Amino acid sequence: MNKIEVNHLTKIFGSHPQQGLKRLKNGEQKNGILKKTGMTVGVNQASFAVKPGEIFVIMGLSGSGKSTLIRLVNRLIEPTDGEVLIDGEDITKMDKHTLIETRRKKLGMVFQKFGLLPHKTIMNNVAFGLEIQGIEREKREKIALETIEDVGLKGYEDSYPSELSGGMQQRVGIARALANDTDILLMDEAFSALDPIIRKEMQDELLKIQNKLGKTVLFITHDLDEALKLGDRIAIMKDGKIVQIGTSEEILENPADDYVSNFVKDVDRSKVLEASHVMKKPEVLLSYKDGPRLAVRKMEEASVSSIFVTDKEKNFKGLLTIDDAVKAYQNNISMEEMLITEDVYTTSPDTPLNDLIGIAANVKYPIVIVEDGKLLGIVSRVSILSGLVLGKEKDEVESI
Amino acid sequence: MNYIDLPLEEWTNNFVNGWLLPVMSGFFDSISTALSSFIDGVTNLITSIPPEIIAVVLILLAWKLAGRGIALFTLIGCLYIGSVDLWAETMQTVAIVIVSTIISVIFGVPVGIASAKSSLIDKIVRPILDFMQTLPIFVYLIPSILLFGLGGVPAVIATFVFAAPPAVRMTRLGILQVPEEVVEASKAFGTTSKQLLFKVQLPLAIPTIMAGINQTIMLALSMAVVASMIGAPGLGSVVLSGISTVNVGLGLTGGLAIVVIAIILDRITQGVGNKL
Ligand SMILES: Nc1ncnc2c1ncn2[C@@H]1O[C@H](COP(=O)(O)OP(=O)(O)OP(=O)(O)O)[C@@H](O)[C@H]1O
Ligand SMILES: [Mg+2]
Repeated sequence: MNKIEVNHLTKIFGSHPQQGLKRLKNGEQKNGILKKTGMTVGVNQASFAVKPGEIFVIMGLSGSGKSTLIRLVNRLIEPTDGEVLIDGEDITKMDKHTLIETRRKKLGMVFQKFGLLPHKTIMNNVAFGLEIQGIEREKREKIALETIEDVGLKGYEDSYPSELSGGMQQRVGIARALANDTDILLMDEAFSALDPIIRKEMQDELLKIQNKLGKTVLFITHDLDEALKLGDRIAIMKDGKIVQIGTSEEILENPADDYVSNFVKDVDRSKVLEASHVMKKPEVLLSYKDGPRLAVRKMEEASVSSIFVTDKEKNFKGLLTIDDAVKAYQNNISMEEMLITEDVYTTSPDTPLNDLIGIAANVKYPIVIVEDGKLLGIVSRVSILSGLVLGKEKDEVESI
Repeated sequence: MNYIDLPLEEWTNNFVNGWLLPVMSGFFDSISTALSSFIDGVTNLITSIPPEIIAVVLILLAWKLAGRGIALFTLIGCLYIGSVDLWAETMQTVAIVIVSTIISVIFGVPVGIASAKSSLIDKIVRPILDFMQTLPIFVYLIPSILLFGLGGVPAVIATFVFAAPPAVRMTRLGILQVPEEVVEASKAFGTTSKQLLFKVQLPLAIPTIMAGINQTIMLALSMAVVASMIGAPGLGSVVLSGISTVNVGLGLTGGLAIVVIAIILDRITQGVGNKL
């Protein structure tokens, strides 16, 4: 059975939502209804299903109705029409008591602006969901403490939210949702307020948590990188409508309509875009002379498991993994013998992105961009896909 | 402009003399008895405590909540009130302020909560509050004398009418100021509306509510002279007798005592609000 199933879900903000609904069902669009009646269509007849243990990402531009949709799932917003089945039970028809029970036992939520209780300590914030269920202090604090440790905030139990950085506050937000031990996590742009490095860290953490606990996650973002990294499947929203659902490959290869053909045009565009446009400097780089000991340290500092190696003239020599570096160090073998060269795909900076999409999906390590033997940069699968979309966005801005 | 004849004066008098006084007098009598024993109780309580003890408690409170400067001011203020021999009158005024403030809070906070939760209630309550604050005091002073007689009771009623609105308004404001995402998060985790109110909204609104109560206390004190016009004992009557006998010195002595009490109560209640 699906964990979450949404059928023809509609939300119209305004004075006469039922009239607006009729217009929607007659095929009128969000803009027309706004002009004629002044009512805003938040979500327009959305349908999708999320399987147990799946991370389902909803993407769309600002104002496309993502926040409204996720708030309809736990009924923070009352729907105008349609149903939301949580474990097969329609939340839109539940009485107050059942609704509250469902929120407590089945639906955890993490917010973009954290939504922590400023007057409570971290401990009491994390225990809040249990407190309102009437679970006694000793038990709920034990659970809260474990969860606080799980998200890496041990020692902060007695701090107040305002004393923590944004990333730490969002860890509290996640801990609060985990403490309730619900099967489902609703996350509305949970990482959007964080700076890039913390954000990446939190994404990894979420994947770890999901792997370990098998949560079903409904994740909202407007960031393609994030969607590609986290999503088992992605739904794309426009003007309140879900225009396509699929894996990232499906969406890229068979865009459902004009809006999603964003991606198609980008794929066309990929013939124009070249590897040099999306390549990045490797996070760490090792010079031939550095030796295995320094190699290990550099990898440890950057917490990566492999490192690109060049000689003094920046000529690309190969890739060294942490295991090999350690082996070289212990057995006093020269690093040259340990370098991986065959599994690393190298190409020139003017290679069309189109050619790299397929390759990127099949190689173990990032693609290395080399010119006249010198290492210029690296290209990962994510940077190819995001390059396609960002290229498109630049186009739109220019045409406005 | 006299197109239609509107006999509002006659109607009101008929209503008051024909119905309110004869029919409802029993009801008002019982309110009057209850209130006056409340006022007497509070007055007896604080006049039975030795002034030195009250002064020390006030100074300590001022020190803890408002700092050393205000504590010093409180010491000097209390010494002043004792030295001009107005301690008993001061306590009588404070008793009326305490009773009117308690009644204002008992009515004001729940009404404020209700009008934060329902825009319909807010629409009804708002003009009533405007009315209470802007209607000239003497307009309701006369009927409240008719209904409750002279003395502390009509004084408390008049003070309540004038001083309760900030308690209502600031309670509503305090609750509406709670960030939307905090309310949303609490609901998402399954709070009942009672839990939302008592565990989230009210605790976060308390500093604002305290600011409202502080205003209520100040307005109540500012009514001291008016209250004495209808027979309430206290500093107001000192000022009044100063005015009526053209005794400038007596008027100033009583007036200064009111100011001293106002500053002490203001800083202490503000301190409570900031500490929470
Ligand atoms: N309470 C409301 N009253 C009226 N209109 C609303 C309300 N909430 C949202 N809307 C409208 O509904 C539409 C969808 O809003 P929503 O917040 O769901 O978008 P979003 O995709 O989450 O955008 P963002 O990426 O900016 O968060 C917008 O046009 C918005 O103006
Ligand atoms: Mg949003």
